[in-house]
Amino acid sequence: MLELRSVTAGYARKAPVVHGVSLAVAPGEAVGLLGPSGCGKSTLARVAALLHRPDAGTLVLDGEPVRRWRHRAPRAQRTAVGVVFQQPRLSADPRLRLADLIAEPLRATGRREEAPRRVPELAAAVGLTRDLLGRRPHEVSDGQLQRACLARALVLRPRWLICDEMTAMLDASTTAALVAAVEDYRAATGAGLLAVGHDHTLLHRWCDRTVHWDDLSDAVAGEEGLVTPSPVTDGS
Amino acid sequence: MPGRTPVLSVRGLSVRFLMPGGRRVAAVTDAHFDVAAGECLALIGESGCGKSVLASALLGLLPANARTAGRALLGDLDLLAADERTLSRTVRGRLVGLVPQSPAAHLTPVRTVRSQTQETVSALTGVRGRAAVRAAARAAADRAAFPADHLDRYPHELSGGLAQRAATALALVGDAPLLLADEPTTGLDRALVDRTVDELRRHVDAPDAAGGTGRGLLMITHDLAAAERVADRVAVMYAGRLVELADAASFFGTPGPRHPYSRGLLQALPDRAFAPVPGMPPELGDLPEGCAFAPRCPRASAACAALPATVGGLACHHPLPGDDGEAPSPTASSTEDIRA
Repeated sequence: MLELRSVTAGYARKAPVVHGVSLAVAPGEAVGLLGPSGCGKSTLARVAALLHRPDAGTLVLDGEPVRRWRHRAPRAQRTAVGVVFQQPRLSADPRLRLADLIAEPLRATGRREEAPRRVPELAAAVGLTRDLLGRRPHEVSDGQLQRACLARALVLRPRWLICDEMTAMLDASTTAALVAAVEDYRAATGAGLLAVGHDHTLLHRWCDRTVHWDDLSDAVAGEEGLVTPSPVTDGS
Repeated sequence: MPGRTPVLSVRGLSVRFLMPGGRRVAAVTDAHFDVAAGECLALIGESGCGKSVLASALLGLLPANARTAGRALLGDLDLLAADERTLSRTVRGRLVGLVPQSPAAHLTPVRTVRSQTQETVSALTGVRGRAAVRAAARAAADRAAFPADHLDRYPHELSGGLAQRAATALALVGDAPLLLADEPTTGLDRALVDRTVDELRRHVDAPDAAGGTGRGLLMITHDLAAAERVADRVAVMYAGRLVELADAASFFGTPGPRHPYSRGLLQALPDRAFAPVPGMPPELGDLPEGCAFAPRCPRASAACAALPATVGGLACHHPLPGDDGEAPSPTASSTEDIRA
């Protein structure tokens, strides 16, 4: 179980972006989290991925509350979660060849001897060809780089996958291919998924159930009219 | 929209990049299309297929190692042959307005929207005098539905949708007859995508300063839903070539796309089959002799080793049947007539 309980998080103490939000994902379940741009769903995804320490509330990962975040999180918890971000360009080290990019988590956890076996296996799973593995990020397209980022997220065989707008920058065919790769992995391992996005059609098709951001806040259930403060929106 | 005079006429446009070691990358090959006033042509295709290179070629923004061939006529001016002086003084902003892919990166981060809009007004129009420029900048922001009370904000203080409108406002200042939108909706959420393309459509339909028929819009996108919403015609690009040019209504509705690649692309949508086109696009530096899609194509045959000619906007040896039923079935196909 991946449980977010009454999480409040943000970047300035006085103006939290996420306000008392609760969400649970059962093992093997795929949950789609829908919400408009700027609502705070990516911040919640970062909390779920142990990448952002919430101001209040708890994250419980397989029964174990998370007490430390980011690099301070215990390895067993950190490696239980794989993350794929929206923008592959910003989440890939430009100096690494794709093969090294995919193997990076193995090296970071002292398991580099698994790389020669795991990297080709994953490359095939996400649809990367051998010649692409020798290239650096500037030599491949966004779609190809995102395939590598997905392979990197899967290389440690996480029990939980967090996909934050994984396909927002991609064309329809690459989107379908990446979703199929995630689903193949989940079918083989029983991993749970939290997919964050704004595309209703996509998340309805992809996930077992979808939840809308507006329905998650504890405040909405309790006090009517108390709505999560939203950041600058689009004016109209 | 047949019958209307084209704003932009592209004939045989090709772009090659010369790489170290004598390698050549065929980014765009032999593109033919027109964009008429009051018409939106959506150029769609997978990432890396050459769409954005084509846009850069039209604006003279290709890097130094690029070589172009063919013509891109905007009125009497050939954009591919024009020198930098012509491009910078008469084309960019004045004849072609660019709605950029990433407005947040397009805007100058250290200046307010008002300051940038006023600068654009001063540079592109004859408006002079502080008060007049200020008023013209407000009017320009208003045209793109950018709220006046946000004019004194810096780009990082804007949401994605507002930054998009600010960039659109700048693109419209010069009242250019052609708008070029390069992935204007990437990364925006669906509601914002719809609003952005609806606004673009409004600018296409709005009569220009002379009360004419409106602007032409070439929208480059991989967002098929956005293309369906806004386009009159659709051009599908694969591996640097236009493989299908069709009416949007028949492309997205019935009979549907006729090129197997276009069909695969549409079937990848989550509200359709949600199945990817198998395999990956070929390397533009290492294209096969014949049809570049053949290795991924379910209808491919021996005939596909030869390059298909473009007939009626379609470049395929084995197209899917159209509404008139003239397409040969894959089993009974004879390529001779098509290649003629």
